[in-house]
Amino acid sequence: MSIDTAPTVSATALDATSGAVTRRDILHRLLMTLGPILAALVIAGCILLAVGVDPLAYYGYVLEKGLFSPLGIQQTLTRMAPLLFLAAGLIVAFRAGMWNLGGDGQFLLGAVTAAASAPVFVQIMPAWLALTCSFLIAMVVAMIWSLVPALLRAYQGVNEIITTLMMTFLGTSLANVLVKLAFRDPATTVPQTRTLPVEDRLPRLFETTITSGLLLGLAAIIIVHLVMTRTAFGLKLRIVGANPRAAVHSGLGVPGLTVAVFAISAGLAGLAGAVDIIGVQGNVRADWNPAYGLAVIPAVFLARMNGFAAIGFVFLLSVLSIGGESAARRLGVPNHFTLVLVSIVLIVLALAEYFDHRYNQSRRA
Amino acid sequence: MTGLFSEVFLSALLFGAVTAAIPLLLAGLGEQISEKAGVLNIGIEGMMLAGAYLGFVGAFYSGSLWLGFLTGAAGGAAVAVVMALLCVRIGLNQIVIGIALTLGLEGLTALLHHFQFSRSYPRLPAADATVIPLLSDIPVIGPAFFKHHLIVYLAVALVFGMGYIYRRTQLGLNLQAAGDKPAALDVAGIDVVRTRTIAVLTTGALAGLGGAYLANVGAGLFIPFITNGAGFLGIVLAMLARGRPIWVLFGALLFGVCLSLTTAMQVAGINIPTDIIQMLPFLAVMIMLVLFGRRASLPAALGIPYERGAR
Repeated sequence: MSIDTAPTVSATALDATSGAVTRRDILHRLLMTLGPILAALVIAGCILLAVGVDPLAYYGYVLEKGLFSPLGIQQTLTRMAPLLFLAAGLIVAFRAGMWNLGGDGQFLLGAVTAAASAPVFVQIMPAWLALTCSFLIAMVVAMIWSLVPALLRAYQGVNEIITTLMMTFLGTSLANVLVKLAFRDPATTVPQTRTLPVEDRLPRLFETTITSGLLLGLAAIIIVHLVMTRTAFGLKLRIVGANPRAAVHSGLGVPGLTVAVFAISAGLAGLAGAVDIIGVQGNVRADWNPAYGLAVIPAVFLARMNGFAAIGFVFLLSVLSIGGESAARRLGVPNHFTLVLVSIVLIVLALAEYFDHRYNQSRRA
Repeated sequence: MTGLFSEVFLSALLFGAVTAAIPLLLAGLGEQISEKAGVLNIGIEGMMLAGAYLGFVGAFYSGSLWLGFLTGAAGGAAVAVVMALLCVRIGLNQIVIGIALTLGLEGLTALLHHFQFSRSYPRLPAADATVIPLLSDIPVIGPAFFKHHLIVYLAVALVFGMGYIYRRTQLGLNLQAAGDKPAALDVAGIDVVRTRTIAVLTTGALAGLGGAYLANVGAGLFIPFITNGAGFLGIVLAMLARGRPIWVLFGALLFGVCLSLTTAMQVAGINIPTDIIQMLPFLAVMIMLVLFGRRASLPAALGIPYERGAR
């Protein structure tokens, strides 16, 4: 039993490639995105004023660090890598009408697997092969982790929101247990996995600090987008998402497709964990949980599960989180304000879309 | 292992289990109403945090726990007003708004806590218990179950109150219809939006109350992110309970025992990572689902905003 999204979303799910995009459309889209973001900044600024912080100084730092300073933009682009993989995984699941809310657990298990395997592999095989193997087993572990919710949904009709939420709690704890007991680096006092040497990590792009994981992430989300919109397999998944009963009647093997969707979605979340570890962090500390998934889920919805739009939203999230961290440090505001900012941006964007939709409808009528 | 199974230890363990279960119970009961009425309320974690923060502020400045519970419930309901306006009245995506509210309240309460309490970390005095005569004299069980703050008994009574409302009243039927076939409810002359709004606001108040209990009685202080996923557990409980309040109670107690066991193990100095014990309730539920694999009986219109005349 699935929970349908708002009718507007299911309707657009099938006609994802609406042929010609005119210049006015693009301008309109841009306006409908930038306008609400500005409005959100103003609202959040009022909160800053209320707690006695100069909002202009805050946003100045956010923009400077997140967007305009060379080091900052590199960090922003680096942060995008895991988020893009997560978004790609969510696009597959949501378009197929399955609520994989277990991204964080799958992400962490992928991260721990990569962190445990990469330092061992680099000693016994060439670096490129070692990293590829780490990526692959991180993906497979995350896929296996999604198998129980997938099978329960496919063959028993057990709602996947419950099972994936529970598996994410389980996965978070299991990742901690693995870090503390199984893969703990004996050389450190703080429980963490062995650190992958910097020279063995994913190469940086050119002369910058940007991880090449960014390219992998971009490739992943674009491939997912094309598969979902341009291939027969993608069409099958979207039919399952739009109307599971119609899918059964048109002869699709819904249980098999369900398991496939979960595997792809979780595999991408596992890759997100791996790309963060192998590209950036180098190890997993105990109790490390960046909880990226929670912010990416609404962003994917606002992007209407469109891969290219999702890239934009992920970029926005990264700017806000990297810039927000820096601004918070400099102005003595706790970093938590970033959460408030992201939340207001999400709500205002959702509202703007609603009013835009209403306006278009009334004009057509 | 000395003293692990002594009477004192056991009753402390069970006492802790009840204390840990009450916020989950209130969150689960709250989520249940929303889900029954067709609204998937993912913002419940944010509502609990609002309740925890405002409940603590209320109790701290007034010195009265009851006033704290009141402000906590009001805080949760205030967040629910936003949810009701955005998701019920104008029908925005419930998952987007729910997660956004949770993120926002996580940030906002942590921010306010930073400016208000982060230097002093004030604590509330221990809550005074209402001792139930006779029953509280039973060894082990007495001190564990019958020496709690009055609100605990009220929360348990609420389980039966909810059961009555769902089964025997017009409001209960309306709620059910709003979730299963809102159009039919509309045709019967009852406002779907209003019914769902009532449900969402009740959810907010209950979640806020649960948060306030967590901060004021459970911890005695407010810290950022104090709910630590309790709201999401509430969602799990509500979905597992299949619309029956009593199952929310059982589920909450199961999770409460495991949470309490985690603390007890640490106190007893047993060296198992707490993560393993924290996994137990989820493992138990997953195994149950695998073995019995019952179809979730969720309301048909869950998650779909109601628009009159659509289709």
